[in-house]
Amino acid sequence: MDHYVPILIFTLIAVSVPIIILMIAKVVRFGSYDPVKAEPYECGIEATSFALDTRFSIRYYLIAVLFVVFDVETIFLFPWAVVFDELALFGFIEMMVFLAILLVGYLYAWRRGALEWA
Amino acid sequence: MWVDLIVIGVKLAFGLVVLLTTVPIMVWVERRGSALIQDRLGPNRVGPLGLFQPIVDVVKLLAKEVITPAGVRPLLYILAPAIAVIVALSTFIAIPIGKDSGLELFGHAVNGFIVAPDLNIGLLYVFAIASFGVYPLLLAGWSSDNKYALLGGVRASAQAISYEIAMIIAIVGVLMSSGTLRLQQIVDAQSGVWMGFLPHWNVFSQPIGALIFMVAVFAETNRLPFDLPEADAELVAGYHTEYSSIRFAAFYMSEYLHMTVAASLVTVLFLGGWNLPWIDIPFEGWAGALLSMGVFGIKVATLLWFFVWVRWTLPRFRYDQLMALGWKVMVPLAVLNFLWVGVAMALGYM
Repeated sequence: MDHYVPILIFTLIAVSVPIIILMIAKVVRFGSYDPVKAEPYECGIEATSFALDTRFSIRYYLIAVLFVVFDVETIFLFPWAVVFDELALFGFIEMMVFLAILLVGYLYAWRRGALEWA
Repeated sequence: MWVDLIVIGVKLAFGLVVLLTTVPIMVWVERRGSALIQDRLGPNRVGPLGLFQPIVDVVKLLAKEVITPAGVRPLLYILAPAIAVIVALSTFIAIPIGKDSGLELFGHAVNGFIVAPDLNIGLLYVFAIASFGVYPLLLAGWSSDNKYALLGGVRASAQAISYEIAMIIAIVGVLMSSGTLRLQQIVDAQSGVWMGFLPHWNVFSQPIGALIFMVAVFAETNRLPFDLPEADAELVAGYHTEYSSIRFAAFYMSEYLHMTVAASLVTVLFLGGWNLPWIDIPFEGWAGALLSMGVFGIKVATLLWFFVWVRWTLPRFRYDQLMALGWKVMVPLAVLNFLWVGVAMALGYM
């Protein structure tokens, strides 16, 4: 438990650093408000549409879904790797089976073009 | 109790000062380094060799007007740079920057200069916090009401999560060979020699893992050749296009903090931490604590210079190349790396 006290204290410090920095900006305020200054930047002309109406590629979404799958996989790898020495051959083969199943999914995603950006 | 708290406080202050000092130094190194590589002069007017330039930069950024564009979502817009700094600061705290040389003060163990000693889930903590680094990118892009920012934001988050997978699988090999999540023990496991003549650093026993981790680190810190999120030629400034003044400075600062943290992590995981090659030093007492920190610092500084060197040498990737490299090359290679470690350990080579 003692080991986490510094972490807790430092988290509080880490949180206060940006707050202090942004407060300085509040205090040291130069210039004045102007509606033209507050326009979003778009090549110097008026923005043609609200930015969130912009469409972007569906592939970003696909990548996010794939990330969830593979990130969960790495969660399983961590504890296995730490006790790898004690698990010996049995643990190794077990992990190979797990990886083989994942590999099928990985190859499926690859074949279906989920990793392509053309 | 009170002595413990004071010791913690002093060490926290020390860690914070060390970490925050690296930012202006790195800004200076980057500007002078880029000038050196491109055969220019770089900033050389303020102070000797332009050393005070970063301070003047900070004053300039403070003096700039804070503009909040009309269309932003205020809470998320402010939260983004704040989270960026918080994440960068809190990851550093778990990294041991010197050896626990058995120092005592008033009968209390001081654990060298390590701020959070012997954290039993050290590495997991570091990566758990580091994963929060995606939020500021996405929040900044999303809340800015700017098309460049939005595109930069989704690009940045897609890139960050893609390379995170390769990065995390790459360190599985390190976990296998050292059998612990405690960062100090990971460093200790890299002392001595391997195969008779090489230092027992993970970079030699797991070269593929080290390479993948290094490449992924470049992608995670949005440095060239992976700076697609803020590719200035096409996206102006990416996700922080609409940020000005001190808020922009917060992003800028967090980028350099991330670099320092990443360089420290590479040192701990692959470059043997404070271990010197071929020389076995017990690192005892104050001298040992300082010496181990010096060795660690030299390695980190070398890596940071490598960051600068790469940035001003390599051209930028194209986005499809970036994603293809991440998913089709890095992930299989990372898996291959820990299979290699498993086989090598089974055969007794490691």
